[in-house]
Parts: sequence; C-alpha cells; structure tokens
Amino acid sequence: MNPGHNKHTRRRPAGVRRLYTAALILLGLTLALPGAEAVETRSITDTTVALPTVEKLVRVLSFDDYNLRVVALGSMMLGIAAGIVGSFMLLRRRALMGDAISHATLPGIGVAFLVMTSYGGSGKFLPGLLTGALVFGMIGMGLVLLIRTQTRLKEDAALGIVLSVFFGLGVALLGIIQQLNVGHAAGLESFIYGKTASMLASDAWLIGAAALVVIFLATIFFKEFSLVCFDQDYSNAQGRPSVKLDIIMMSLVVVVTVIGLQAVGLILMIALLIIPAAAARFWTYKLGRLILIAALIGEVSCLLGACISALAPRIPAGAVIVVVATGLFIISMIFGSARGVVHGTARHRRVRRTVERQHLLRALFEWNEEHAVPGKPATDAVVRSGMPLGELMQEQSWTHGVLRRAMRRARRDDLIRTGGGGRVQLTIEGLAAAERVVRNHRLWETYLITHADIAPIHVDSNADQIEHVLGHAMVAELERLSASEFPGRVVPPSPHVITRTARPAATGGGT
Amino acid sequence: MDWTVLDTWIIVSGILAAVSCALLGNFLILRKMSMMGDAISHAVLPGLAVAFLITGSRASMTMFLGAAIVGVLTAVFTQWISHFGQVEESASMGVVFTSLFAIGLIIIVRGANAVDLDPGCVLYGAIELAPLNTVQLGGAEIPRSALALGAVLLINTLFVVFFFKELRISAFDPELATTLGFSARLMHYMLMTLVAVTTVACFESVGSILVIAMLIVPGAAAHLLTDRLITMVLISVAIAVVCAVGGHLLAITGPGWIGFSDMSTNTAGMMAVVAGALFTLALFGAPRYGLVSRWLHLWTLRISILREDILGVLYRVEEHPDASNVEVSSVLLGNAIGAGALDIRVAVCQLLRGGQLKRQGTHFRITGSGREKARGLVRAHRLWENYLVEHLHLAADHIHPTAEQLEHITDTAMQDQLVQDTRQPDRDPHGRDIPPALD
Repeated sequence: MNPGHNKHTRRRPAGVRRLYTAALILLGLTLALPGAEAVETRSITDTTVALPTVEKLVRVLSFDDYNLRVVALGSMMLGIAAGIVGSFMLLRRRALMGDAISHATLPGIGVAFLVMTSYGGSGKFLPGLLTGALVFGMIGMGLVLLIRTQTRLKEDAALGIVLSVFFGLGVALLGIIQQLNVGHAAGLESFIYGKTASMLASDAWLIGAAALVVIFLATIFFKEFSLVCFDQDYSNAQGRPSVKLDIIMMSLVVVVTVIGLQAVGLILMIALLIIPAAAARFWTYKLGRLILIAALIGEVSCLLGACISALAPRIPAGAVIVVVATGLFIISMIFGSARGVVHGTARHRRVRRTVERQHLLRALFEWNEEHAVPGKPATDAVVRSGMPLGELMQEQSWTHGVLRRAMRRARRDDLIRTGGGGRVQLTIEGLAAAERVVRNHRLWETYLITHADIAPIHVDSNADQIEHVLGHAMVAELERLSASEFPGRVVPPSPHVITRTARPAATGGGT
Repeated sequence: MDWTVLDTWIIVSGILAAVSCALLGNFLILRKMSMMGDAISHAVLPGLAVAFLITGSRASMTMFLGAAIVGVLTAVFTQWISHFGQVEESASMGVVFTSLFAIGLIIIVRGANAVDLDPGCVLYGAIELAPLNTVQLGGAEIPRSALALGAVLLINTLFVVFFFKELRISAFDPELATTLGFSARLMHYMLMTLVAVTTVACFESVGSILVIAMLIVPGAAAHLLTDRLITMVLISVAIAVVCAVGGHLLAITGPGWIGFSDMSTNTAGMMAVVAGALFTLALFGAPRYGLVSRWLHLWTLRISILREDILGVLYRVEEHPDASNVEVSSVLLGNAIGAGALDIRVAVCQLLRGGQLKRQGTHFRITGSGREKARGLVRAHRLWENYLVEHLHLAADHIHPTAEQLEHITDTAMQDQLVQDTRQPDRDPHGRDIPPALD
C-alpha cells in the first residue's frame, strides 16, 4: 500500500471527529446565549425606521433582550442545520431541490389549517401546521423524483412543475382561508416571507431539537452521505443502500425547510440551503471542513441578520439574513483560500510567469546550441554575444510586452544578461535552469516518439505544454525510460529539427 | 354564479398571459433551463421595486425596463458566478435569485408607505382586480393589463415565428447553431430578455406563481405528448388556454365543491392547479412517454420473457433422466423463475392459448410447438455459456445469469455465429448437451 493511500484512510475518521467536536462547540456557543434571566420584552411592532440609538445598539449587541436571545438562538440553530444539509445537497447537484420542496410545503400549511379549524382547533397550532408542511414537502420531493426518473423530462422541469403547481394550490387554499370567519388566518402568510421576530421560545426549542437531529444524523451517516454524493455507483457496489440513504438525506432537507419556514419564510429558506454551502466551497476542498464552514456561515448570517432586524424591525428579518449570507458569499468568492477568485488569479499568474520564463530560457538555450560551432565549447564568440531580440521575438507567439516582462523578471533573478545591440544571453545560473527545461522538453518529446508513436514533427507543441508541469518523479521515470539513449545528466539532442514559430512580422506588434 | 363582464376580462387576461408564457416555456424546457424562468420571475422583484420607487406608479415603461434589466442581469450573474467561481449552474442560479429577491423584499417593505405595492400582490397577483383599471381604445373600455399582455403576446409570437429555426437549432444543438453562423448565446439572452419582460407584464395582472406555472407546465406536458417541436408549441398553447379558462371557473366554483359555498379564491393559484391536473393527465396517459404506457410496455416485455422462461424450465425438466416423476405446477414455476403468481398465471394462460403448453390436472406439460421454441432458447443459452467461458474467461458458476438474459435476444443467425466462435458447439461448460438447431 502506498503512503498516500494510508494517509487518506487514517484521515477519514478524524474528519468525522473534527466535525463532531466543532458541532458541539457551535452548539455550546448557541446554548450559552439565553443564559441570563429575561428582563424586559421590547415591542416588536416598533415601526421606527430611524437609525438605532446607542442604547438600543448596546442592548442588541449584548443580547440583553430575552426576545432577541430566543430569536438569535433559534435562527442560529437553523443556520447550522441548513448549512450542513445544504452542503450535501450542493455536492449532490441538487441545490434547487430545496426550492421545489419549500414551495411545496405551502398547500400543506393550508390543508392543515383547514383540517384543524374544521375539527374545532385553533388552526394556528404550530406543530400541526408544520406536520402538514412536512407531509406536502415529502410528497413534493417524491413527485420530483418520480418525474425525473420515470419520464423524459429533466430535473429542471420536474422541479419547476412541482414548485409552481404546489405553490399555486397553496395560494388558492390561502385565498379560501382568508375568507373564512376564523380569526388570525392572515398570519399564515408569514410562512411565505417569514417572521423571525415573532419566534417564541417554544419555536426556538423546536428548531433547536430538529437541528440537533440533523447534526446527529449528518455525523453518523457522514461517510455514507459523502459516498452517495461523490460516487453513487461506487456506493452501490459497496453494498450500501444508496436509495435509502438518498431518501434520508432528502428527508433531512424537508425537515430543515419546514422548521425554517416560520423564521425566514419559504422563499428565503432556499437561500439558506444554497448560499452557505456554495460560499463554503470557496474555502476548502475537504468535505468535513466544507460542512463545518457552511454551518458557520449559516450561523453567522442568521445571527447577524436577526440582530440587524432587531435594530430595524421594519425590515423583514428573513431578507436581512439572506442579504448577510449573500455578502459572506461574495467575500468568500473573492477571497476564498481554495477556489476564491483572487487566489485563483494569483495562482494562474504564477503559472503563466513560470511558463513564460521557461519559454525564454529554452529559446536562448536552443539558439546557443544552433550557433555553437561544432567541436568548440559553448563559449564561442557568437554565443557569448547573445541572441538578437528580433529572433527571440519570433521564437514564441508572445507579444513585445509579454517578452519584455519575462526578460525583466529573468534579469532580476540573474538568469539572463542583455548585451549591446539588443542581444540577450544566459548567465551561468540561467544556463543551468535552461538545461533543466530543455532536458524536460526533449525527454517528453522522446517519450512521445518512442512510446506514443507520434511523428517527430508533431511532438514539439505538446511538449511545449507539458515541459512546465513535469514533476521530479515524472522526470526520473522519463530518464529511466530513455536511459539507454541519453546516459547521465546531459541535455539530450532535439529529436526533431527546431523550427521557429515564425509569426509574421506585421502582426508581431504588441504593447 | 353570476357571470359579469369582469369575468370575461379576467379570462381574456389569463389566456393572454398563459399563452405568452407557454410559448417561451417550450424553449426553456428544451434547453433544460426551466428553473431560469423561476429564477427570473423571483429576481425581477428588485427591478420592479426600484422602478416603482423612482416613478411612483405601476403603469410605466420604467417598470418594464427595470425588470427586464434585472432579468437579464440574473442570467448574466448566474453565468459569472458559475464561471468565475466554478459553482454548479443551478447553485449559482439559486444564490443569485434568492439574493435579488431578498433585496427586492427589503426595498419594497421599506418603501411600502410611499408606493402602492405589497409583496403579496407581486407574488400571487391580482388578476381579479386587473380589469378594473381600464383605458379607452376605439370607443371600448379595455383593461390596461389586457392591453399590455396582448402586446407581450404579440412580441412573443413574432419572436417564436420569425426565429423558429434559430430557436429550434439552438435548443437542440447550440454548437451547430454557432457553426451555422448565428449565435446561440445571442438567442439565449434574447430568450431571457423576453422571459423577463413577459414575467413583468404578467406580474401586474397575474402574479409570479402563474408565470412560473405557465412557463413550465404547459411545455412540459406538451413535451410528454409529442416529438415534434411545432406540435409541442401548439399543444402547449392549447393547454395554456384551457388552464386560463378552467382556472377561473374553478376559482369561482371550486371552494363550493369542498364545502365553502359563496366563496371564490385566487384565480392565478387555480390556474396553476388546473395546469398541474393537465400535466398529471399527460404524465400518466401520454401515448408514448406516459407512465401507464411505459409500465404497460415493461409489463408485456416481462410477460413475454416469462413465457420463454417457463418453456425453458419445462424443457430442462424433460431433459432430466427421471422426468416422468417430476410434476410441474404453477407454484413450482413461480419458485423456479422467481416471478409473482399473477405474472405466472398470465404467462401460462397465454402459453395455453398459444398451444405451446397443455394442462394435466394441476400440472403442465410442454407441447410439440412449445418444445421447438424452448429448444432454440436452451440452445442459445448454452451456446452463450460456452462463449462466455471461452472468450470472456468467466468462471463456469458465474455465467448463468448473463446467458439467461442473452438467450431472449438471440436469433438463429446469432446462434450460428456463436457456433462458429466456440470450440465445442454440442456441449456446454456444465457438461450438458446443447440441443441441435431447428430445421
């Protein structure tokens, strides 16, 4: 067994352990919040839009307000659960599944209300409404899977059909409910936009309990879920019940969506499922960490969103939470340490500079080779005077600007010297570096000719790309393969006639 | 139920909106971008809101413009995020439209005092109120929304008619479109712009659910019913019309059916429900792609395989040295083949009727014609076993399931080929005789 594989197998349980520990820490953080006694209940129907006073700001930031503590606790737990579940959904390429499911819950709420009122209940009994939402969410999910697997329609159409038809049914039911002579019917609309500020302690406990279940299941099924996400066929071949695991995973999505309905509303619940996970992907390549970061981003957005909307009660909290999450997403997309745009651009630039430098060195080396008089060492007068800039320009399809920049950087590192008359030559260090590059290039060319049966005139352009990325192990392997032909560390002769890329001078201009 | 001129106008607006959406929806479905319709219809909210705040009215070109810009921006942002951030397209779509929706919601709620607009109206629309706002046109009172929707329908129809070829090619094969000299990307953005404009026009009167439902559902149902694009477009238009008429009727009468008489409900919602019902019909009853015909097809295939398996079992029983002592009942057949009792009974009935099987008490015997058929099957099975061992180097205890599947699709020509490719065409790897070919 090779060492890399060994390392990999040792790491997996560690990932689960870390996930579990971090989940506990997050939990501790959230549970510590409502520690102090409730002192005062601030009116949540406060309609002032003016900037918050300092006193209010302090009160919000110190979580002095019982109501706010409840809201913060509840929405943080929701953010954690949504982040975890959303990560799996994102990797399963089902990011928009949450969209269909959350829309599909609306008729469930309507039906539950109608049923409960017709049996004399209050109609706004939250667990009852959420049960209705859960049932319809599950039905919607099942229909999406049915349409997708059993007909020629694709996933997108399946999602669109379920969400629009179910939502339409829900709106029609709400239309009926609003005309009933039962009080408080209008409150049902808060499920569409969410009403975080009206969250009760019992709601927060409900969300907390559901979030705990989600965290627990995600931890014990961590390995299975990741397997299903990345390679369902392999998971099947391993004898794991992929379909059942898939259903468990989707059910978790339905549960999280339903508990989030009241807090952020069904439309913005989609955002909590997608955005934290998508943002976390910019920071890591590892699944365990992805889930942790997604949970963290979900938690932070919900916490900040709840606080901001407590400061300005007229703004719907759900929308604020989503906007905060979007902000974090944009920050992650730009500065993310794994796939972030800045990081990616820097990496890309590093590679490009290496490629340009290696092209420059190889061009100079090959010119030296060509102009060295046979039998004499490469210290001949022509070689020492250097390669004319004009010829160098013809060597690759680079612009004047690119060439000049590459030369400036190489000169700074003492790899080349510019002599009189616009001639360029390699220094001692430059010669050593150039030898390595040319050697890699020609080893690869030889490999292509002898092992891949490619004609000598066709190998140059391929080797041109490969030469920059050959690692030590690969070079050693190539050396072993062609050891008989080029013994030692000398630069092998070119297996083909070196031709100039020869761009026409008319288009050779550049900045 | 008393019908008024209002009801007529509601239905007219509904039809205009539904048909406008359905026309574009076909191409969204084919390009696998249905959710783009959903995304745009949610995301135009900030565009609408800003336009409202600027002009302070619901009846302006600014509104169209604002929404159209945001609609196209949705498509552009989605593209950007999925390209620069290497995020999967559906996820980036989700990020974009929920963010825009949230921003729109905040703007609307903050500016709600100044502007006559509430998110509910945007979401479910107020088709019932749309006819109240009328304009004079040639001496007749025409609802303004109907006029706007009519204009949008005209634009969409012209777009689909004039660019039909381009739309078709870029829907099925964007690369071909590019090689033929027109840009699939341009068609994409034109389509997105029109979706955004249509969405806005419909918002005002019928709300965003109806937009999504009418964009996706009629096209999806039509896609199940036909393979021809032109037929698909026509069917989707017909479905849209039925949805509009049926939706309003149901909104007026529907609540009465479930015990809430003297009530009516949201027409837009009911149009979506009718669309869902029509889609369900297509889903189950479509002649070729429907679930029923699919299941029926699979079932007949299963029964025909079962018939052959039954003959095969009886043939192998006869081969056995003390065959006369073994009596094959249908229970035994079920156990041997691993099929349900009902399937076995149907297959046996068909075999009895075809004269390939005869009943003796509770047991079955194979007849002459049945034996002929079974011989071909067993021959194919054993030839395949030989082939699998010889050429694929499978172990003798692993070849039965594969041969069991292949025997049903092997004709005599293939059998001859197998004979040529194997070394001993008269004995299988288990040492049993391979029956000779039929004459």
